[in-house]
Amino acid sequence: MAVETLIVLIPLLPLLAFFAIVLFAHRNNALSHWLALIAAGVAWMLSMIVFRRAVQTEELSRFPFAAAIEWLPTGSAALKIGVQIDPLSAVTLFFVAWTVLMIFIYSIGYHNFGQPKGEHDRPGLPPHGAEIRDGHGHVHRVPSIEPMYARFFALISLFAFAMFLLVITDNLLTLYIGWEIMGLCSYLLIGFWYAKESARNAMIKAFLTTRVGDVFMLLGLAALYSLTGTLNYQVILNNPSVLNGLASAASPLAGVSWAGLIGILLIIGTIGKSAQFPLHIWLPDAMEGPTPVSAMIHAATMVSAGVYLVIRFFPLLSAGWDGHHLTLPMLVMGAVGAFTALFAATIALAQNDIKRVLAYSTISQLGYMIAALGVGAYVAAAFHLVTHAFFKALLFLGSGSVIHGMEHGVFHTGENIDPQNMLYMGGLRKKMPLTFWTFLAGGLALSGFPLITAGFWSKDEILSGAYASGQTAIFWMLAAAALLTAFYTMRQITLTFLGQPRSHSAEHAHESRPVMTIPLVILAFFAITAGWVGIPEYFPAVGGLLPNWFEEFVGSMLVSHGEMAHFSLLPLGVSVVVALGGLWMGWLTYRGVVRPVDPLEKPLGGIYTLLRNKYYVDEFYQWAFIRPARWLAETLTDRWLDRTIIDGALHSIAGFGVWLGKSLRRWIDLPVINGAGDLTAAGTRNLGAFLRSLQSGRVQIYATVGLGLAAMVAILIYFLWVIG
Amino acid sequence: MIPLAWYLIFSAALFCIGLFGALARKNAVAILMGVELMLNAVNVNLIAFWHYYAQVRSAPYVHGLAFTTMVFVVAAAEVAVGLALVISAYRRRQTPVVDELTLLKG
Repeated sequence: MAVETLIVLIPLLPLLAFFAIVLFAHRNNALSHWLALIAAGVAWMLSMIVFRRAVQTEELSRFPFAAAIEWLPTGSAALKIGVQIDPLSAVTLFFVAWTVLMIFIYSIGYHNFGQPKGEHDRPGLPPHGAEIRDGHGHVHRVPSIEPMYARFFALISLFAFAMFLLVITDNLLTLYIGWEIMGLCSYLLIGFWYAKESARNAMIKAFLTTRVGDVFMLLGLAALYSLTGTLNYQVILNNPSVLNGLASAASPLAGVSWAGLIGILLIIGTIGKSAQFPLHIWLPDAMEGPTPVSAMIHAATMVSAGVYLVIRFFPLLSAGWDGHHLTLPMLVMGAVGAFTALFAATIALAQNDIKRVLAYSTISQLGYMIAALGVGAYVAAAFHLVTHAFFKALLFLGSGSVIHGMEHGVFHTGENIDPQNMLYMGGLRKKMPLTFWTFLAGGLALSGFPLITAGFWSKDEILSGAYASGQTAIFWMLAAAALLTAFYTMRQITLTFLGQPRSHSAEHAHESRPVMTIPLVILAFFAITAGWVGIPEYFPAVGGLLPNWFEEFVGSMLVSHGEMAHFSLLPLGVSVVVALGGLWMGWLTYRGVVRPVDPLEKPLGGIYTLLRNKYYVDEFYQWAFIRPARWLAETLTDRWLDRTIIDGALHSIAGFGVWLGKSLRRWIDLPVINGAGDLTAAGTRNLGAFLRSLQSGRVQIYATVGLGLAAMVAILIYFLWVIG
Repeated sequence: MIPLAWYLIFSAALFCIGLFGALARKNAVAILMGVELMLNAVNVNLIAFWHYYAQVRSAPYVHGLAFTTMVFVVAAAEVAVGLALVISAYRRRQTPVVDELTLLKG
């Protein structure tokens, strides 16, 4: 088959699986997950074939695999829809296919397939567990199967479809379609347990917050289309004349070129989707969804899509960049990214929910990627996107495994504790060895443990890129964020896995089933090795042992290569020091925790409370946006405008209508029309009554009358004709 | 020769008697008899005009005789039907008085 056909099939299969499950298979759990799994598996296989062919093709960035058909006729031209695989989409496809497949497999175990149904379980709530009686008559409490099992697989299939669509497409419009379908899926999946009020709030929050970004992105898309007449990547991004034209054309905003304005609008879209400050608030709340969904959103799909967009449009964002003075979109990205990286990392220090820590670390790592693009480290951003997807998927799935183990302990002991709170864990490395080692691999990758982990290579490249660009502020912010990342990662690992159990539930936790741990092992493999394809040649000792394939492959996407090869020891040293130092400090601080209290809570005092409450950003938004919006809706619009002015006007119109109707009835209808009708009826009746009296039934009277009449006629005839 | 007017006066008198009988008598049979009288008054008229006409034209026309015969036949049939009706009505209502037969009163 032609490679383009294979590419088209990749998103199609999960979509078919979605419809098949929703329409036909939703009553059968096993059939549903097999449908989803086969679709994801075949999509994975096709992705690997496409990836392999892409790698083997020379000059793929200039001549990508592409096919397009005309879709919507727009006046003289037609909007084309098509697929395109170039180096960037190939590597994106690679990690998306892997993580999606792993998450699908993992979900089977996470949703307790094969377990009994719980007595109190109902759709919209997490399963409460079921009681079973074993052969000796003992009653055990065990996890129960998710009540909406099939629905979950349908929704994540749709989610996977949207991400694949976004990756393989060749134009911004189709990307936007995939982008919005993902918004819908994230809404549905974050609110998967919709009977919980917190989940309902979280789903609405996620949807509305990302919508803010999406509106701006749509504006950018529209501006781009109206200026260039196309949304195709090749035509816009591989075309220096178009880019230069956009960079030199002045936009309505004073002092900003059209390229700058469109770039900023697209970046705002990314800020919403990839949860950058100030639109980051939805991501931690998205933890209300089941853990595979968190992995899906945080690694494989949603937030990666945002970064993918800005990487994809980097040629436009950097149009006019001479290598020294950053363009306006790059400055925005650098500032937002670096600030978010540091900001989110500090919040993560004071979170006790195992998934929330990871959520803030995602925000922080995405900030890294955005900041990397801001300083022009294009390849480093793409590289970190790939490695981050692997180790973040691993960490989320690992945390899901931990939660599962803890839930098992909670079921066993009947303790009333939150199974996601790390302060109640501890010592799980002996209970859950496989989860521990894989989580450790992911955690080390996240903190950038030198040399062996993937995260080190990508993060190091970002730091050296930031240093080489001369943006020292960004460099030091990122370095500080890296230190904090290593610190909170070690805090998480230490609190969760090391030391002694701090609750009975943790003592009774046990390892998850193989269907959950095997994906962890596979992802751990990538969390270690994915970095080895991008080791820079100039790196001391190990540089050049393996070819820097990633840089060559993805770097070919840029028409003009930036010269990123300034090697400097400072960023490397900083990178190693912050990673190891952070890990060491984290271990030192948290190794001796025996009671479920954070040892930093007292010494940090007010700062800890501030971090604990996420800098009160949510409260600020509540005060600055939501309350005014409610006031606007309830008081101004509803009470005054709607009920007073509009309702008043409508009521007076209605009153006038009623009055008019009543008057017409009184003066026209009743006397004239009814009167005439009644008169006709009464007249007919009276006439009938009169004629009735003539009808006596006595035949001789009729004859007499007839005689009289005949006589009258005769007399008449006589006078008229005979005499007259 | 008896003038034509005498016949006509006699016929008119006979018709008036028949008409009075038909209108004034209560008994259905008497009414029928009145009708017969009126018919026969017409017959007298027909015969008188025929006779007069035939004399004036001195031609052997038989129209008047044929008409009269027709009237006799019709009158006989009418009496047969009429009497049958009266008897039928009498059997149902036990009365020959037409004023009591007011089924068609409005």
